[in-house]
Amino acid sequence: MSKEPVAVVGIGQTKHVAARRDVSIAGLVREAARRALEDAELSWADVDAVVIGKAPDFFEGVMMPELYLADALGAVGKPMLRVHTAGSVGGSTALVAANLVAARVHGTVLTLAFEKQSESNAMWGLSLPVPFQQPLLAGAGGFFAPHVRAYMRRSGAPDTVGSLVAYKDRRNALKNPCAHLHEHDITLEKVQASPMLWDPIRYSETCPSSDGACAMVLTDRAGAARAPRPPAWMLGGAMRSEPTLFAGKDFVSPQAGKDCAADVYRQAGVADPRRDIDAVEMYVPFSWYEPMWLENLGFAEAGEGWKLTESGVTELDGDLPVNMSGGVLSANPIGASGMIRFAEAALQVRGQAGEHQLERARKVLGHAYGGGSQFFSMWLVGAAPPQS
Amino acid sequence: MPEVLQAPLVVEFPFTRSLGPVQSAFLTGLREGVVLGVRTGDGRTLVPPVEYDPVTAEEISDLVEVAHTGTVTTWAWNHEPRRGQPLDTPFAWVLVRLDGADTALLHALDAPGPDAVRTGMRVRIRWAVERTGAITDIACFEPYDAEPGPPAGRQPGRHTGEFQNPLTGIVAPARLDYTYSPGRAQSAYIDALATQRTVGERCPSCRKVYVPPRGACPTCGVATSEQVEVGPRGTVTTFCIVNIKAKNLDIEVPYVYAHIALDGAGLALHARIGGIPYEEVRMGLRVEPVWTQGARYPDHYRPTGEPDADYDAYKELL
Ligand SMILES: [Zn+2]
Repeated sequence: MSKEPVAVVGIGQTKHVAARRDVSIAGLVREAARRALEDAELSWADVDAVVIGKAPDFFEGVMMPELYLADALGAVGKPMLRVHTAGSVGGSTALVAANLVAARVHGTVLTLAFEKQSESNAMWGLSLPVPFQQPLLAGAGGFFAPHVRAYMRRSGAPDTVGSLVAYKDRRNALKNPCAHLHEHDITLEKVQASPMLWDPIRYSETCPSSDGACAMVLTDRAGAARAPRPPAWMLGGAMRSEPTLFAGKDFVSPQAGKDCAADVYRQAGVADPRRDIDAVEMYVPFSWYEPMWLENLGFAEAGEGWKLTESGVTELDGDLPVNMSGGVLSANPIGASGMIRFAEAALQVRGQAGEHQLERARKVLGHAYGGGSQFFSMWLVGAAPPQS
Repeated sequence: MPEVLQAPLVVEFPFTRSLGPVQSAFLTGLREGVVLGVRTGDGRTLVPPVEYDPVTAEEISDLVEVAHTGTVTTWAWNHEPRRGQPLDTPFAWVLVRLDGADTALLHALDAPGPDAVRTGMRVRIRWAVERTGAITDIACFEPYDAEPGPPAGRQPGRHTGEFQNPLTGIVAPARLDYTYSPGRAQSAYIDALATQRTVGERCPSCRKVYVPPRGACPTCGVATSEQVEVGPRGTVTTFCIVNIKAKNLDIEVPYVYAHIALDGAGLALHARIGGIPYEEVRMGLRVEPVWTQGARYPDHYRPTGEPDADYDAYKELL
């Protein structure tokens, strides 16, 4: 028996901001969930199960927050699952929800991911002092910056490429009302003049710290037929993981990322991603990850990804737009960030992306990664239902 | 075989919480000596209150004041109170249904012993002397032999939840207190560091040398035990220049944070580079450890003066 096709019929996000002091965590997730239900024109009673994701419990210090959030998400008397795969969790959460529909376990599933970074301490949560071990000698960017330098060495990319990505994503964010950063006076010169924090990473090439939530309603063929607005159809979805550190790990282009993308393309019948996929919303916490992931995901040969960025291919009006929403560089509620990527891909193929809507968005890839390139999750969504 | 190390590990952090409208009213109420519940769609009063109806999932905000007296619905005796618990002498954990409420609140009951506690007994709130807007504003419950009734001088019933200077956020300290052990392999590694030697373990399957050793190879999934000394010299495989001062680090910026592949190691470790201007550090630079008296780890690595390593020699070790 073939899988049930999975459709995205509702999408809701909060306006991502530095601090939502007016709501509890329950109030925050509720806002995104309600918007997703309104988009789908469904009520709490129409939802069969809830799948929720967030970053590690230590971030906000609420142990197993899914227990306390059941009321807010209408999950009482229904199955509720929590997914946990570090920064990729928003993507993995959507895929677990999608698999419940694909396997015909449930007809309609509400999936949601969140982070309230203003009430959390991610740096503390990630670098707890451990007895006998040497303390970490650099901040968050200090973990990523050496990998960026390795990419630059390997590819020979000019050192301006990172600033081009940041300049593009921040301008895209101006068209997305949900984005956290709206830097109306952004210029390339300003990005390039911003302080070098962890050389080669500049301040303007790093992501902000945000409060936010994202929710989606996933449903089966029958649910899609009842939907008031065009659905996005899942054409392929996959997760892969590998250890954070091991002998032979390639931080510039991790094997798990390549394998994950290959699995998605196989499911969707994509032979050449550069030709068959119209746009990509990918997890870029530091600007240089755009060219790195373009190669990892098969949109460019190894060492060539930066040329797509440099020549304007990844701009909103380019041939392969990347991060139409403004990306993680413009809003980063960590636990929600992966799902925001998946939701943006779905918004585009539904034609519901508003001011940052692309003209051609028949197939769009959503991508998330996390845990020091340990976890990957991706889905490809399309305007038309899957063949077969 | 050296002894397996262990040490106490305490992690603690004061988390902030935004309360939202319902919890704000509840905690501000406690500060003012008022206990508030919330009315659900099916007419029940929940104390403590919640923001969303557990049955209908609707937003709820009809607040109700309940009494300071109530009935114990169940209990457990706590023989040995621990740090941070409501009382420092033995007490009963109780669920108390306050008069006017349909659900019970978890708190402490001050009683001389377990024989003095029973399900169905009547209790009342003992308020804390200083109240700040926290569940600890109720110091505990105490036995109180009287029939259900309204709080002194006040009529129970609907409440606007409005107070002067409402509380909008709280600080919730979290603390974990446990014993940490790095295990057999890392203990041996740390033991060797005491004599300024770096000793890893070789995987019997892929032959890679893990430094620090973990006792198993993460790719082959097999145990490792063959000890191999690596270094002391190594190659800078990649690095960044840190220009912002981290809160918990006493290092002057800028400094170089580098990945260093010690000679013979299968993967790079992370360390600071010194003894060279930061702008002169480069990939391929050959370095050696610099030890300070009594330190467990090298303080930093410095150039050896050898010619730089060939990129091909370390490109798999970035
Ligand atoms: Zn091995």
